[in-house]
Amino acid sequence: MGNYHSVTLDKNRCIGCTDCIKRCPTEAIRVRHSKAEITDELCIDCGMCIRVCKSHAKRALTDPLDKINKFKYKVAIPAPTLYTQFKQLRDPNIVLTALKKIGFDEVFEVAKAADVVTAYSQQLLDEGKINRPVISSACPAIVKLIQMRFPSLIDNVMPIISPKEAIARYARQYLMDQGLASKDIGIFFITPCAAKVTNSRQPQTIKTSDVDGVISMKDIYLELIPVINKLKPEDIEIIQMSSANGIGWAASGGEGLASKVYNLVAVDGIENVITILERVENNKLDVDFIECLACVNGCLGGPLTVENSFVSTNRMGKIKKYVKQHGKTRDLNIINPKIRLKWDYALEVTHVRKLDDNMMVALTKMEQIDDLHKTLPRIDCGSCGAPTCKAFAEDVVRGDAIIEDCIFMLREKVRSMAEEMMSLSGILPPSIDQNRRES
Amino acid sequence: MNLHFDVEGGEFISAGVASSKVKKVLKQLAIKPEIIRKISVAMYEAEINMVIHAHGGVIDAEIMPDHVHVVLKDEGPGIENIELAMKAGYSTASRLAREMGFGAGMGLANMKRYADILQIESEPGKGTTVEITVKLYPEQA
Repeated sequence: MGNYHSVTLDKNRCIGCTDCIKRCPTEAIRVRHSKAEITDELCIDCGMCIRVCKSHAKRALTDPLDKINKFKYKVAIPAPTLYTQFKQLRDPNIVLTALKKIGFDEVFEVAKAADVVTAYSQQLLDEGKINRPVISSACPAIVKLIQMRFPSLIDNVMPIISPKEAIARYARQYLMDQGLASKDIGIFFITPCAAKVTNSRQPQTIKTSDVDGVISMKDIYLELIPVINKLKPEDIEIIQMSSANGIGWAASGGEGLASKVYNLVAVDGIENVITILERVENNKLDVDFIECLACVNGCLGGPLTVENSFVSTNRMGKIKKYVKQHGKTRDLNIINPKIRLKWDYALEVTHVRKLDDNMMVALTKMEQIDDLHKTLPRIDCGSCGAPTCKAFAEDVVRGDAIIEDCIFMLREKVRSMAEEMMSLSGILPPSIDQNRRES
Repeated sequence: MNLHFDVEGGEFISAGVASSKVKKVLKQLAIKPEIIRKISVAMYEAEINMVIHAHGGVIDAEIMPDHVHVVLKDEGPGIENIELAMKAGYSTASRLAREMGFGAGMGLANMKRYADILQIESEPGKGTTVEITVKLYPEQA
């Protein structure tokens, strides 16, 4: 099984600048022949490059809306972030009704499963069997980051499936209990990010995903807008089942707030997450629980969202208040206690780009990288296509680049060759008298 | 492979650069996570101590095929009573350091816990040298 990634490059749009290589948190991108290249094994689908690319050359592969027509019974499972994308909207039932109007037969909210996952997390936290501090597994980009960069924290990660997977399981089981055949049920996640697309297509800690397709929030937004604008109050169906706390998971701090853990850290933005995880690795963070989300402002800041995440954070507050005070929920229980929420497999360390299997050889290469790095300009200009001089030194030692790819090193080489030529031009055969030639 | 670091005193923000660099190298060498953790925790504690107590110093880390050996040398005030300093919770850190979350009195205790071999030589008024050794493959020893 190859490495599937939702984040991909549109070569025609890429102009070969250095914006993405500089911002990629795992240094997974190089520019070669004026085009960015993503190293599959290093990409964690965080979507940073989608956000920073000014040429819009980085994209998340998602499914088109018409894929739902492949299934007899079409189910939407929207991430709660969707509710915050619309101006003035307070009642989630409006969005959920609109989803039915654009072609879905049923809508079950990811936020409903967030409530269940919260309860189960609390139980596991109370049992105290997971290494402290327990790190949330809700953000798939962070889970991949830990596997790659923080292997010693693997046993701290909460071994529970995400609310997205949980609601998909509940939905399928409920509908099958109603007499539908599994093959006729198509479950479609409405995603704010690329990481959850990858995670649905190629799940890591579970056998299979119950999600049949993933639709970008941007795409569905365009479909929903005209429908929502035309919706009359009497058209609004009561579809919501979630609580304000479940909906709140989409914002940074939401999962922590729902979990009622007192001693916790909620961190968002991948660079901030890295700083916090470094501290945990040094045993310098005495907390019970860490909620880590790769995007600034959590899922509300996902690269496939439409609205600015600071604005949607404001709306999230209003929606939660509305749901608490006036929210109408449907009286239906699809939460089947028999459904497993625990991972099927343990999380594994990803050994990426080992220098060599032989420790002696690897150490020698490590030294070569260090020595080479010292000779480089160390201004991290990016002209060589690598994000830093350090990364470039590593590329050279691995054989993926040549030293002359550095324009400074090239210039130096040209200069020394020129000097050598100059001095060579002054040498005459011994048979010729120096003075005679001058005259 | 040898790595050398000059550590500035009082620089709490950048404290941890040396241990973080060693950690990065070891990860690239695919050393077991729990072993890397031992080295980085012990080294980080020693590095922080240098910043808090000794106005900085020098660190030399030697990464060998079977072990890591780190020497942290400072010309700080030295440790009056090493045995007492080893006790969990014993601290002489300044108020500023404590406010920044350092100086809980676990430094030496943690170093002892995570290092396979820990050697501390100190002379009051002259300075301290801490040597930390961690075996990379303890099961083969």
